[in-house]
Amino acid sequence: MAGTLLFNALREAIDEEMARDSHVCVFGEDVGQYGGSYKVTKDLYEKYGELRVLDTPIAENSFTGMAVGAAMTGLRPIVEGMNMGFLLLAFNQISNNMGMLRYTSGGNFTIPTVVRGPGGVGRQLGAEHSQRLEAYFHAVPGIKIVACSTPTNAKGLMKAAIRDNNPVLFFEHVLLYNLSEELPKGDYVCALDQADLVSEGKDLTIITYSRMRHHCIKAVQLLKDEGIDAELIDLISLKPFDMETITRSIKKTHRVIVVEECMKTGGIGAELIALITEKCFDELDARPVRLSSQDIPTPYNGNLENLTIIQPHQIVDMSQKIVRQGL
Amino acid sequence: MSKGTAMASKQTANKPSETGEHAERLSNLVSNVPADIDHETGLKLFRDMTLGRRFEDKCAEMYYRGKMFGFVHLYNGQEAVSSGVIGAMKLKHDWFCSTYRDHVHALSAGVPAREVMSELFGKETGCSKGRGGSMHLFSKEHHLLGGYAFIGEGIPVALGAAFTSRYKRDALGDSKSDSVTAAFFGDGTCNNGQFFECLNMAQLWKLPILFVVENNKWAIGMAHDRATSDPEIWRKADAFGMKGEEVDGMDVLSVRGAAERAIKRARAGEGPTLLECLTYRYRGHSLADPDELRAEQEKEFWAKRDPLKTLEKDLLEKQLVNIEELREIEKQIDEEVKDAVEFALESKEPDPTELTKYIWAD
Repeated sequence: MAGTLLFNALREAIDEEMARDSHVCVFGEDVGQYGGSYKVTKDLYEKYGELRVLDTPIAENSFTGMAVGAAMTGLRPIVEGMNMGFLLLAFNQISNNMGMLRYTSGGNFTIPTVVRGPGGVGRQLGAEHSQRLEAYFHAVPGIKIVACSTPTNAKGLMKAAIRDNNPVLFFEHVLLYNLSEELPKGDYVCALDQADLVSEGKDLTIITYSRMRHHCIKAVQLLKDEGIDAELIDLISLKPFDMETITRSIKKTHRVIVVEECMKTGGIGAELIALITEKCFDELDARPVRLSSQDIPTPYNGNLENLTIIQPHQIVDMSQKIVRQGL
Repeated sequence: MSKGTAMASKQTANKPSETGEHAERLSNLVSNVPADIDHETGLKLFRDMTLGRRFEDKCAEMYYRGKMFGFVHLYNGQEAVSSGVIGAMKLKHDWFCSTYRDHVHALSAGVPAREVMSELFGKETGCSKGRGGSMHLFSKEHHLLGGYAFIGEGIPVALGAAFTSRYKRDALGDSKSDSVTAAFFGDGTCNNGQFFECLNMAQLWKLPILFVVENNKWAIGMAHDRATSDPEIWRKADAFGMKGEEVDGMDVLSVRGAAERAIKRARAGEGPTLLECLTYRYRGHSLADPDELRAEQEKEFWAKRDPLKTLEKDLLEKQLVNIEELREIEKQIDEEVKDAVEFALESKEPDPTELTKYIWAD
């Protein structure tokens, strides 16, 4: 059975939405003739022309701002960050104008844009290409933040993000582009604000997102062999959190671990655990725990890089401690 | 460029008591072809500039009386630029993008004085529903893309509006799509990366946009000559193969003439123009600025070139209008500004239960 690779699932989503709505366009470095650094826009240039798949000069802040202006005047641009880390250079346009402008303008303008691209820690790409920006952008008001994790949700979420009338930061993970899966037939979308209950369990809740979903799936299997029945939730939406799904799970398991690739300080887990403590304090039988990356720039050396991010055995160890010792 | 040798001396200190190179440039303009106007346009320009001036004077009064807050940047002295450029464009068709000094651009674009004043008072009836304030005036109805408070950040947004115009024509096949965008910003912005990045993209893609530099010589307390390697901003267009023009920014007919040429090129698909308007602000950077660095002699030089008086003299000399018509317009404007203040005072504050309204679109 032929599966679809994740980057092709994203490509299908963009292709279908561009065919569906002629106002949808793509801006970015090498998105056109080159087909995108990870081939997410391959051949769309030939199909839709150079204005709809616009190769931009290397000027991240300005072409991101251009997307804001284009969105304000009727287009629905998708901005590709060749690497999400490069969007640090576009932080001002993303925060001041994508995020805040609808509010500041008193509802005069809407900014239907998607900012997408490869993020996360790759394999020995060095610190600048292995960033975890989701936490940096988390406090910006007015933007939705989504992280895809499988070919199926990548396609459905991308289509939903393009159709949404708000700016959406869409995180893809550089190490997940070659995941393969058979996609549902026909036109489908996934809700941008709903977490994915990956597997059910009764002993503890593991909450994660993006590539860590796959580390957690391994850990859940290992825990099963140890007689521990873990429930796994993939957040999908990093902003806003789907607190309904999360709360329902914690009311069942009374124990929670957040597994994340971003740094511990000021991370996604920090915010999530604060919310869980506020909303589910009486339900918890153990302290809520974060398993996060180290608070350091991602090192180049392979061993050091592995030590920087969470590995499946650490998830297993912590889960056992929490369930067995009630830590 | 040719001015390079003078750099060292320019970067020493703000020179007091000289009218300076900025003023000298006015008498050495490369070309000056003012617009040819009729009676109706003459009155329209006088009306727009008078509204701009008197609205801002009223803002100063209201600020000092504690009716408006925050940073308030007034446009006095620069009226010829807003009226000259926007007055030559099609309202509710072309697009306008401003900075923190945006009140008068909004008025020229047709946003009612009531809505602008109410916004400055933070009222629900303001053009940004009291959520924006002085530096963030928006009106989709009047194609005002907004006031942008950080230096340079409005230029890419304006570029996006110009891109949409071309996209609609060339990607969507709408042959009627010929809107032009005017992006206003100051001399200080012309040392910022977004300025250069957007000049490059605009010329590369032949986008219908006017980059309108309101060179008032001062970026708060930083004199233009101390901040830039070549003070003649319009010449920077050359580096991009773009049309550049310098113009007397105290003379509305000169500004209008240059704007008309630039708009014509833009509508014809011939691309952008960098228009440098030599102007001066009569007040400090904002109402909070003690304005200690600008020399009296410099201020006097520019005060003698008051754009309102220049237009009045021109209109009367050309016998396009009679003086009674102008005095009557001033009376009407005073009424309009008074009405705007009364409207703003009587308007409701935003409903506290709607604190988070407008954060998300449906």
